[in-house]
Amino acid sequence: MTRPPRWADVVLTPLISLALAFALSALVILAIGESPWLALRTMVTGALGSSYGWGYTLYYATNFIFTGLAVAVAYHASLFNIGGEGQATMGGLGVALVALALPWPHWGLALPAAVVGAALFGAAWALVPAWLQAKRGSHIVITTIMFNFIAAAVLNYVLVNVMRPVGSMDPASARFPEGTRLPRLTDMAAGIGIEWGKATPANITFLIALAACALVWVLIWRTPLGYEIRAFGRSERAARYAGISPVRITVVAMLISGGLAGLMAINNVMGEAGRLVLNHVEGAGFIGIAVALMGRNHPFGILLAALLFGFLYQGGGELALWTSIPRELIVVIQALVILFTGALDNMVRMLIAPLFGRRA
Amino acid sequence: MVVTAIPDAGAARPEAPAIELSGISKAFGPVQANRGISLIVPRGTIHGIVGENGAGKSTLMSILYGFYRPDSGTIRVNGRETAIADSQAAIRAGIGMVFQHFKLVPNFSVLENVILGAEDGALLRPSLSRARAELKRLAAEYRLQVDPDAVVDDLSVGHRQRVEILKALYRQADILILDEPTGVLTPAEADHLFRILRGLRDQGKTVILITHKLREIMEITDNVSVMRRGEMAGTVRTAATSPAELAELMVGRKVLLRVDKAPARPGPPVLELSGLRMVDAGGVERLRGIDLTVRAGEIVGIAGVSGNGQTQLMEILGGYPEPGATVTGTARLRGAPLPLTGTDASARRRAGIGNIPEDRQGEGLVMDFAAWENSVLGHHRDAGSRSGPLMDNAAIRSRAADQMQRFDVRPPDPGLAARNFSGGNQQKIVVAREIEQNPALLLVGQPTRGVDIGAIEFIHRRLIELRDAGAAILLVSVELDEIMALSDRIAVMFDGRIMGERDPQASTAGELGLMMAGASG
Repeated sequence: MTRPPRWADVVLTPLISLALAFALSALVILAIGESPWLALRTMVTGALGSSYGWGYTLYYATNFIFTGLAVAVAYHASLFNIGGEGQATMGGLGVALVALALPWPHWGLALPAAVVGAALFGAAWALVPAWLQAKRGSHIVITTIMFNFIAAAVLNYVLVNVMRPVGSMDPASARFPEGTRLPRLTDMAAGIGIEWGKATPANITFLIALAACALVWVLIWRTPLGYEIRAFGRSERAARYAGISPVRITVVAMLISGGLAGLMAINNVMGEAGRLVLNHVEGAGFIGIAVALMGRNHPFGILLAALLFGFLYQGGGELALWTSIPRELIVVIQALVILFTGALDNMVRMLIAPLFGRRA
Repeated sequence: MVVTAIPDAGAARPEAPAIELSGISKAFGPVQANRGISLIVPRGTIHGIVGENGAGKSTLMSILYGFYRPDSGTIRVNGRETAIADSQAAIRAGIGMVFQHFKLVPNFSVLENVILGAEDGALLRPSLSRARAELKRLAAEYRLQVDPDAVVDDLSVGHRQRVEILKALYRQADILILDEPTGVLTPAEADHLFRILRGLRDQGKTVILITHKLREIMEITDNVSVMRRGEMAGTVRTAATSPAELAELMVGRKVLLRVDKAPARPGPPVLELSGLRMVDAGGVERLRGIDLTVRAGEIVGIAGVSGNGQTQLMEILGGYPEPGATVTGTARLRGAPLPLTGTDASARRRAGIGNIPEDRQGEGLVMDFAAWENSVLGHHRDAGSRSGPLMDNAAIRSRAADQMQRFDVRPPDPGLAARNFSGGNQQKIVVAREIEQNPALLLVGQPTRGVDIGAIEFIHRRLIELRDAGAAILLVSVELDEIMALSDRIAVMFDGRIMGERDPQASTAGELGLMMAGASG
């Protein structure tokens, strides 16, 4: 098959896929009797037109970066971790336990401890499926899905029976102490004299997410462990020949993956809610699959894809608020984006290949 | 661009050649796989096509079978210019192909496999009964006996190949292309195949045979075309040529078909095995007490039909026995005990054992990795591959580039993925990696399977050099010629046992063949 040059493959293919997805979305909006132009304008203004919109877009994107990276790390080991939802749920539990354990004097102390708690709980939740896969061959797709349900049930139990403050009727933990409140991006911007992102939940976790992107890149492409993960992911027999233990790589890759998914809870539980509530992940674990798919399992691609999905989330909320377009339509648009950028990109690649001549 | 063909809309002329290619060119990116190829294959002949790996044979046949479209040139089938857009068009033009790796559904019966893709109608039953009658006729006509109701999974490799041939004939192929057909066959199966091919020719079919093995070319073909680096180096009548001449055409220079080597000067034992047994996860005893010594500075060759425990032996020594296997016995490496269980391949490497595995594409290389990444597979945690906790990619890459120059890997591009190299060059990447580690013991499995003559000679020379530098080499090969040419001592393996040891100077292929068949020596 002829292939377009690399820059076109990496830049042009997703852009054209995206344009196609939006064009088809426009037709759907037309079909329900609304104006696509108005919808687009509402979404763009709502998500990107103000620092308020950007604040929310970045907040959502932060969640998706973590869950997207989680999927990507497992993918490089040829493991399809669709348990990000459950791992992030348990990450939230880890964050809450840390936050409520001590009267934290300052967020600077609480944050590292919460990072450890979130990552540990997320990783622990991935450990059992990883072990079952490595030792018994139980398919990780099945077990991680099942663990999503178990995580939801565990969270429900813990919130109702253990963590609920006496006298509260709300299945949620107590509020975290004041000293665990993470600086919002608004505060940080104000610190350097810029008024930005007022009243939005975007917080310092976004910077942690950027750091996580960089670290995952280093891990996958610059460390011996990353080399082993990729070697195992592409050929298990070659990995065995090279002395790479399939059990070890399966477990380690899943621990890292689960830890990354767990870290998402820093953003939403600690950074936004300030307490642990039911269903706090709200599907971000599954969006992570789409984000990793669209981002080609590369941290930089995941960053861009997470921003796109953050935009769709925030813009979609605005759409429901300001127009008579139903909220569900945003799910349709997301689905089309996933379909075109994730599943159909070969089609687009074949379409643009002739533009670059028969070089191949 | 060379286009010599004159448009010719006429019907098939009976006297026209079966295949006439003129000026076929095909490039993949910067690689010119075929350049201005012209070829005439007369009807009712067996035509051999030989060439080194990467010479363009497979590309040319893929063009003929419609997998690729040529950038230029024309194809005439039975004198009629034919555009072959896909394999369906090739089948309509009467061309059938038998691939090196069979395209059969293992859990289908022979009959079901034969009609797969050629079912005529929505219901299977009429197709099946028609096919049954047709198979019976073909079996009688060409001596292609296969039980139509046998499940393919239960058939031997030789029988599976017959099913492939039957599939092509059932589709009324007049021209049959076979790609490396004997690579997977035992000598007896190969002989049978040749009888079948002669039968096909005598019935007026045309056979095109792609192979590396000059002996097969000499034995069975009427004409032979030699390809070299994407071009047609020449076509000769087989009766009027010799293996030496063909080999020279292939590589463009004289090659040594025999290995020149000084007598071995064996040193102290490097590997000592005694009573090595292995029972696999299914409870089958694969190794039944192997006693074997390999000394420094010698090559010990293990001869045997594949499947008699050689693979298991090499995997155990390489540190990765198949999961669930029970291994007993004792082993010593340079006098120190070598643990047979609870170990892994990286511990073996640290102990000084290098390993060129039988299956370079499945084990020796990660096919999606670039050549430079593959150049440290198994050694990626060594000091030389790292700077601090990170991998020193720049150093690995420059070392790989240097290695590829010295081992004549073509193209010498360390950034190219392993799968984009030809078989011989893939093997050179593996050989370079393992030899450059200067192992005390080198395990070598099928070093030249599917490798062209030039690369075979090169790899053999490197192995001899390593031996002369004092390494112990344990060689497993199903090519008896290779074992006899390289080894200083030959151990014959049959059914998990060593049947005996022989001096290659003082034994004949016939004698070894008897031992390989189970006669104790």
